[in-house]
Amino acid sequence: MANTSATPLIRYALWAVLLLLLPLGLQTIGNGWVRIADMALLYVMLALGLNIVVGYAGLLDLGFVAFFAVGAYMFGLLASPHLTDTFPLMAAMFPAGLHTPLWAVIPLGAGLAGLFGVLLGAPTLKLRGDYLAIVTLGFGEIIRVFMNNLDNPVNITNGPKGLGQIDAMTVMGHPLSRKLDLGFIELPGVTQYYYLFLLVVLVSALICYRLERSRIGRAWMAIREDEIAAKAMGLNTRDLKLMAFGMGAAFGGVAGVLFSSFQGFVSPESFSLMESVMIVAMVVLGGLGHLPGVILGAVLLSALPEVLRYVASPLQELTGGRLDAAILRQLLIALAMILIMLWRPRGLWPAPEHGKAMPADKRSA
Amino acid sequence: MTTPVLNVQGISKHFGGLQALSEVGMTIQAGQVYGLIGPNGAGKTTFFNVITGLYSPDSGSFELAGKPYQPKAVHEVAKAGIARTFQNIRLFAEMTALENVMVGRHVRTGSGLLGAIFRSKAFRAEEAAIEQRAQELLAYVGIGELSDYKARTLSYGDQRRLEIARALATDPQLIALDEPAAGMNATEKVQLRELIDRIRHDGRTILLIEHDVKLVMGLCDAVTVLDYGKQIAQGTPAQVQADPKVIEAYLGTGEH
Repeated sequence: MANTSATPLIRYALWAVLLLLLPLGLQTIGNGWVRIADMALLYVMLALGLNIVVGYAGLLDLGFVAFFAVGAYMFGLLASPHLTDTFPLMAAMFPAGLHTPLWAVIPLGAGLAGLFGVLLGAPTLKLRGDYLAIVTLGFGEIIRVFMNNLDNPVNITNGPKGLGQIDAMTVMGHPLSRKLDLGFIELPGVTQYYYLFLLVVLVSALICYRLERSRIGRAWMAIREDEIAAKAMGLNTRDLKLMAFGMGAAFGGVAGVLFSSFQGFVSPESFSLMESVMIVAMVVLGGLGHLPGVILGAVLLSALPEVLRYVASPLQELTGGRLDAAILRQLLIALAMILIMLWRPRGLWPAPEHGKAMPADKRSA
Repeated sequence: MTTPVLNVQGISKHFGGLQALSEVGMTIQAGQVYGLIGPNGAGKTTFFNVITGLYSPDSGSFELAGKPYQPKAVHEVAKAGIARTFQNIRLFAEMTALENVMVGRHVRTGSGLLGAIFRSKAFRAEEAAIEQRAQELLAYVGIGELSDYKARTLSYGDQRRLEIARALATDPQLIALDEPAAGMNATEKVQLRELIDRIRHDGRTILLIEHDVKLVMGLCDAVTVLDYGKQIAQGTPAQVQADPKVIEAYLGTGEH
C-alpha cells in the first residue's frame, strides 16, 4: 500500500525538479531558449482558459485572443507612460507616472477580461456549433480593430504603433527585467519571468482541475453533451454558459497582463485571428477537455514553430533559397497538424475512458 | 380531500390552423400513476411539452401541489418539481452513469465557482452528499454496479433506468415518463413495470405517457385518453377500456 501512495509523490517531485531546473539548463544554451519556454507557458495558460469554454462547456470560440488582448492592453495602459503623456489630467493625478503593481493588476486583468467574456458571450447564447464559431470569430476581430483605431479622435490605444515602455513585473521591489544575482548563479530576466509564469500556470491548472470535478463543471459538461436534457434537469444554461465564457476569458486576461509586461510592448498585431486559431488548435490537438492533453498541446504547438526555425533554414538552402523560411515553417506546422489528426483523431493525449466501457458479455440487447 | 399534485384545466394550444389541444384537463393525486394515452398524433407530446414548459399554452390554468404554476423557461420546471424522461433517451453520453445522476442533483444544491476553486468545507460536504445520493439512486433503479460506466455504453434498458434515476435525483413532486417502454422487449417491459410500481410504492407520483395500452392498463390508477387534441375519455382503466369512443379511436368504426 505504501508503494501506491509513494509513487505519485515521487513522480510529482521529479516533475517539480525538472520544471524548476529547465530554465537553468536552457539559459546556458541561450536566453532565446528560455524565452521560448516563457511563451510556451503563456500559451498553456491561454489553452487552459479556452479549454473551459470549448472543452468543458462545448462552445466553440474562435475569438479567444480578444481576451488576451484586453488583459495585455489593460496592463499596457496602467503601467506605461502613454496615458500620462497623452492626457495632462492623468499626468497631474499621477506625477510619478502610472505604475500599477503586480498584485493589483492580475486580479484586475482577470476581472476585466471576465467581464468582456460575459459581454461577448451574452449575444451568442442561442447559437451553437458553426454559427457560434463565426460570431466569436467576428468578435475577436472587432476587438483587434478597436485596438488598431482607438487613437483617433482621442488617443487611447496609440493605434497600430502600439504601447511601449510598459513596466516589468515587480516582485518584492525587484523588477523582473533586472538580473538577479543569487551568489552561486545569476538569473537573467527571462528566467525570473519563467518562474512567475510557472507559478501562475500551476495555479490555473489547479483551478481548472477543481472546476472539472465540481457541481459547476459537471453542469458545463452536461450542456456540452445534451443541452435539451440539461435544461430539463433544471440547469440554467444561460447563466452557466456565461459563467464558462467569463471564467475562460479571465484566464486569457491574466495571460495578457503577463505577456505585456514580459514584452514591454503591445500592438494589435499580436492579437490576430491566427493566434485564436492556434489556441483552438492547441486545445483540440492536445485533447479536448483533458487537462494534461491541453497542456501538452500548448507546449508542443508553441515550441514547434521555434524548433522548426532550425529545420527550415537547411531546407531553404536545399531549394536554393527560392522558398521563404517562414512559408516553409507554416507548411511544416500544417503537415504536423494533419499527421496528428490522422493518427490521433481524439487528440495527442485524450481523456482516458475514465468510465470503463461495458464489457461485451455484459451488454444485453 | 388532499391537494392534487398536478391540477390542469382547460389547456388549449394551436399551431397555425392545427388545434393540437383543446380544453384538456386532468387532476393527478399524490401517489398515483396517471396514464395519458392516445393514438399517434393525438396530442400527447404537445400536452407533455406544455406542462414541461417547452410550449406556452393559449389558455388554461395550472396548479402544482396547490400552488399556481406557470413555467416561463424549461429549466424552471425541474426546480418547481416536475422531472421528465425523454421518449428517445437523452443521457449525457460521455459522462459516467454516476455523473449523469449527479447532474440531476444540481437543481437541489447550490455551491458555486468559489466553493469549487477553494474546496471549502461546505463544498466538500455537499459534493459528498451529492455523490452518495446519486449512488443510492443508481442502486434503487437497479444499476448500482454500473456507476463507473459511460452512459453511452449501457444497454438500452439500463439507459432507461439511468434516465429515471437522473429524474428522481431532482426530488420531483411529479415524474413524467415519456413513452418509457418504447423500443423495449417483453422482459425489459416487465422489469420497467416493476420499477414504476416500486417508485409509486415509495410515495412518488407518476405521469405516464404511453403507447403501449397493456402497460398503461396494468399500471395506472387513472387514465386520460386523447384523440385529435380532444379528451375523449377519463377514468379508471376499466372504465376507459369499456368506453366505445376509445375503442373507436384505437380500432376504427368498422364502417369503411
